[in-house]
Amino acid sequence: MLFAVVANRVAMALLTLAGVAVVVFILLRVVPGDPISMMISPGATEADIAALKAHYGLDAPLLTQFWIWIAGVVTGDFGTSITLHRYVTEVLASRLPATLELAILALLVAVLLGGMIAIAGTLMRRTAGETVIDGLNSILLAVPDFIWALALVLLFAVAIPVLPLTGRIDPELAEDFATKFYLAESILTGRFAVAANIVSHMIMPTLALALPLAAVIVRLLKQSLKEAMVQDYVLLARIKGFRELRLVLQEALRNAVGPTLALTGVQFTFLIGGTVIVERIFSYPGIGNLAIDAVINRDFPLIQGLVLLFGLIFILINIGVDFAVATLNPRLRHS
Amino acid sequence: MFNVTRRQAFAASGGLLSTLILPQRFASAAVGNTLNIAYNVNLPSFDPDIGPSSVNPTIQAIYRSIFDQYVGQKPNLSFEPGLLTGWGWSDDKSKVWMDVRENVVWHDGSPFTPEDVVWSIQREGKPDGGNPVAFIWAGLDNFKIDGKRIIADVKQYDPVIFKWMAFLTGYVLPKAYYEKVGPQGFEKKPIGTGPYMVDAYEGNAYLRLKANPKYWGGKPPFETVVFKFVGDATSRVAEIESGSSDVTLEVPYEEFDRLKGKAGLKGVVTPISDIGMIFITNIEPMLDKNVRLAMCHAVDKQTIIKRLLRGYGVAIDTLLAPEYAGFDPSIKVPYDPALAAKLLAASGFSKEKPVKFTIQTTRGFKPKDYEMIQAIVGMWRNVGIDADIETYEIAKHFELRMSHKLAPAAFYNWGNAIGDPTTSTGFAMFSKSPHSAWHSDDLDAKIGPLWGEKDEKKRIQGWTDVDRYIAEQGYVLPLLQYAQPILYKSDLKVTPNVSGALQPTLVAKA
Repeated sequence: MLFAVVANRVAMALLTLAGVAVVVFILLRVVPGDPISMMISPGATEADIAALKAHYGLDAPLLTQFWIWIAGVVTGDFGTSITLHRYVTEVLASRLPATLELAILALLVAVLLGGMIAIAGTLMRRTAGETVIDGLNSILLAVPDFIWALALVLLFAVAIPVLPLTGRIDPELAEDFATKFYLAESILTGRFAVAANIVSHMIMPTLALALPLAAVIVRLLKQSLKEAMVQDYVLLARIKGFRELRLVLQEALRNAVGPTLALTGVQFTFLIGGTVIVERIFSYPGIGNLAIDAVINRDFPLIQGLVLLFGLIFILINIGVDFAVATLNPRLRHS
Repeated sequence: MFNVTRRQAFAASGGLLSTLILPQRFASAAVGNTLNIAYNVNLPSFDPDIGPSSVNPTIQAIYRSIFDQYVGQKPNLSFEPGLLTGWGWSDDKSKVWMDVRENVVWHDGSPFTPEDVVWSIQREGKPDGGNPVAFIWAGLDNFKIDGKRIIADVKQYDPVIFKWMAFLTGYVLPKAYYEKVGPQGFEKKPIGTGPYMVDAYEGNAYLRLKANPKYWGGKPPFETVVFKFVGDATSRVAEIESGSSDVTLEVPYEEFDRLKGKAGLKGVVTPISDIGMIFITNIEPMLDKNVRLAMCHAVDKQTIIKRLLRGYGVAIDTLLAPEYAGFDPSIKVPYDPALAAKLLAASGFSKEKPVKFTIQTTRGFKPKDYEMIQAIVGMWRNVGIDADIETYEIAKHFELRMSHKLAPAAFYNWGNAIGDPTTSTGFAMFSKSPHSAWHSDDLDAKIGPLWGEKDEKKRIQGWTDVDRYIAEQGYVLPLLQYAQPILYKSDLKVTPNVSGALQPTLVAKA
């Protein structure tokens, strides 16, 4: 049974990725602008342009180009980036860890912050405190991640310059890493000064990404908790003399968390999408920042690789969320 | 087991926070042996001769730090010896000679040789090698090395080839090392003969360079140079304002004016070899000379520069900026709205019955590009021209221009760091160039012979005459020469570069 479910999800994922591959390949060729026109010199002749097209494999018929690319993808070869002169697979592998560390940290912050505010709001329901929390949360919801990023820049990099603004680590510390997971590696190898430096670089982009998601979590979880708090099992626990905090954490939270978890999963994909702008503002060297340059330069192989990677990440997140929700919800688990 | 009190937990949190943030408080200290530059573009590739980044003018400052060019270029665009100490033509221009600098070593300690020069030119000239200006280098062939002198046959005469040796893709790479490590290996560990050596690199984040102690031009002023790739202008402003970077460039003029007088900071603005212009395509209604000339006379460039660019910029009437060879200040296309209205009236147009067309522009690609076009459209409306604005991405502009499908008018910026008229008027106006918009036989007849003109004086005068003819015919609408704002810490001295390349070697301690 479980095997069939997993096999079905994997098949669907592969089908989705194949669709993404076709769409991105066609779109890139339809949208105006190609890498050759971006770089060709004004003095070039038709023959020079043809030679450049041949050099980058853009002279073949579209179907042939697609076949060559997709045959490579199947074997793990995504081609060579036109602008970076490096294998796309290698580039993606070197940039993905930075985005993953940032996104996971932002998710953790969003869940913790959103969870705590939601619980506090539930505890303070029908008081002035709840009104304040709802008001602040509305502001958090209304402001998009890139505005948070700019506000944080002005606050912590200009007005009170206490945080580093750009990069992933101070350039003088960036050495001797065996992997590209700088934060995880520095913690695991006990280099806490380096880890602190990396975290200091991540605070602003993490907050910019986390605050809007935290607001979504607050709104949904608080509503779910409020509904749970009037259920019979909570009333029974209250009659037994449980304190309010225990009622929320022990009785209501477990039943209220399901819808929030499902929505957080969906929102996490938006958070990953948000890295494109946020990484740019903070010059954070992840796949988001890479994507902007790839699009500006019309680096076809790199854009195609990035879109497939984003697609794969979204699919994996959705699968992960589905399994997590099923695990937490006995009715879904048994069905 | 141990117990942590609330007070202890609070103290520990404070300690961690201090560890995270306190080191940054020293970021605004005086410049030491490390120069931090908040740079406006990312460095995609270390190969200065291949691919899109090789022809990106903004990246040249980084390439010039690591590699040397055949011919050097001073900040005022004049030329000086680089890895070639001398160069020239045979009397009949059928051969070139180049003398190679001696006692130069690559960053790995191996000697630089004339073979490196020959191999580099041949590599750059391969038609299928990925060099976007391969046709320039392919004009030389049959190289012979005699001691430190190289002699080559001229396959196709190009009067500006030695100027190109100080321009895009004119870099010398290490033959033996490159052949040993291959293109991918070179990207991972590039070496050159330049003043700085690559020490660490993280794409989209930073490039850390170390001074080359054996540099033939003397030891560079800073031990370490860090290029921080900060693509966002707001972030660059924050970098310099917070003291995290020592120098930055290309910030909004409003921010430049705000910060240049701030304690601890200085600013300089220099006109650079980058101009703003409006291409005119030879389609209706631009086939009417009166319409073209009216477009040109109706634009008050000085007001645009004053109001939109805070006075930073130089109005131009030809595609040549004052620093270029062949620039003639007597060629004028004055602001004269009355004349513009009269010209339009002669063709049957007026404010009530305006001539209509579309003008294309980028938005945010260059400072105030869209706002400038809005202002120009407003000025045109006052004389009887009704233009619709269409915005597009720069990539679309390139593709449309290459296929000769631009709208009747299209805004663009044109760089020309070697200051020769062929690389501005020539390539922008000759119909055989894939980047020209106006195609007409009369203009081609005037430009054509200049490509092969062997008398330098006649060649430059020829381009000046072409510029005068273009102005009289209204074949293009030159607008302004851009000015580059640079902000830096007050204990530094920055020598502005007219080419726009902010090279670390042009920054020193005051």
